[in-house]
Amino acid sequence: MVLDCKHVWNHISDYIDGTLSPEVRADVERHLAGCEICSAVLDSTRNVIILMADDRVFELPVDYSKRLHARLDQILAMESPESLGTS
Amino acid sequence: MTSATASPATSERESALIAAILAGDREKFHDLIRPYERQLYLTALSLLKNEAEAEDAVQEAVLRAYRKLASFRGEAKFSTWLIAITLNEARGRLRKTQQAAIDSLDDQSSESGDFTPAALTDWREVPLEMLERQEIKTLIHEAVAELPDTFRQVVLLRDVEELSVNETAEALGISLSLVKVRLHRARLLLQKKLAPLLLLETKPARRHRIFRRWPWF
Repeated sequence: MVLDCKHVWNHISDYIDGTLSPEVRADVERHLAGCEICSAVLDSTRNVIILMADDRVFELPVDYSKRLHARLDQILAMESPESLGTS
Repeated sequence: MTSATASPATSERESALIAAILAGDREKFHDLIRPYERQLYLTALSLLKNEAEAEDAVQEAVLRAYRKLASFRGEAKFSTWLIAITLNEARGRLRKTQQAAIDSLDDQSSESGDFTPAALTDWREVPLEMLERQEIKTLIHEAVAELPDTFRQVVLLRDVEELSVNETAEALGISLSLVKVRLHRARLLLQKKLAPLLLLETKPARRHRIFRRWPWF
């Protein structure tokens, strides 16, 4: 099936995740091979996803872990986990 | 990067830790949650958008998970259970500040209708070294913060925390198809917003270049 650009954009996310059916994937790839614009949309979407996933982008606040475990220590020293049936 | 995908070895290790904690070795709870600290923070941040508030929410959620540990059945993965508790905590805080009311309006406008991505050429390479620069991180943070809340939750769980689509659906309590729709929309919104800005940063020499426009614009 011949897809136009707008149809290809609808499939971009599933294409990146590899979840398209083999037939649709083949249609998308056939379109991409001849369409510079859709290839660019695909590349840039994929690049944005790769950049976002990098641990340097969303960093934890300084000493976040330290504060979390300190708070936890206070509770662990005083309480056991609740038994089932208590609310 | 921490993945939420638990291998059988991870599940076994966690079951053993949980059994030990419930039997009285409370200190092991530190080890149990340590692998998920980053995920929990991002989960809380996906709703709250405020670093201090997100950190508080994680602390409360982790304390709740400790207290309720006996009710964890092992049907879901421990990480999914923790994320769900964190989302509940964050939602509770949102309700207090009444931001939640704005959500549903955002959604409907963005989940339907045609969408046009940004058209660019020649950005094949991913310049990961650009992430050393604070202004690049700020651009990404701002773009993610501008997403409708429900889109931001999905994209942070799926693309930043790298949960699977199934895990994202389970953590948020929504269907797989809704995860896919929101993820797709979120990714294209981020592409539209970020790709032109990031491409400029990648190729400063071409700063004045005029991007090719869509013929039907």
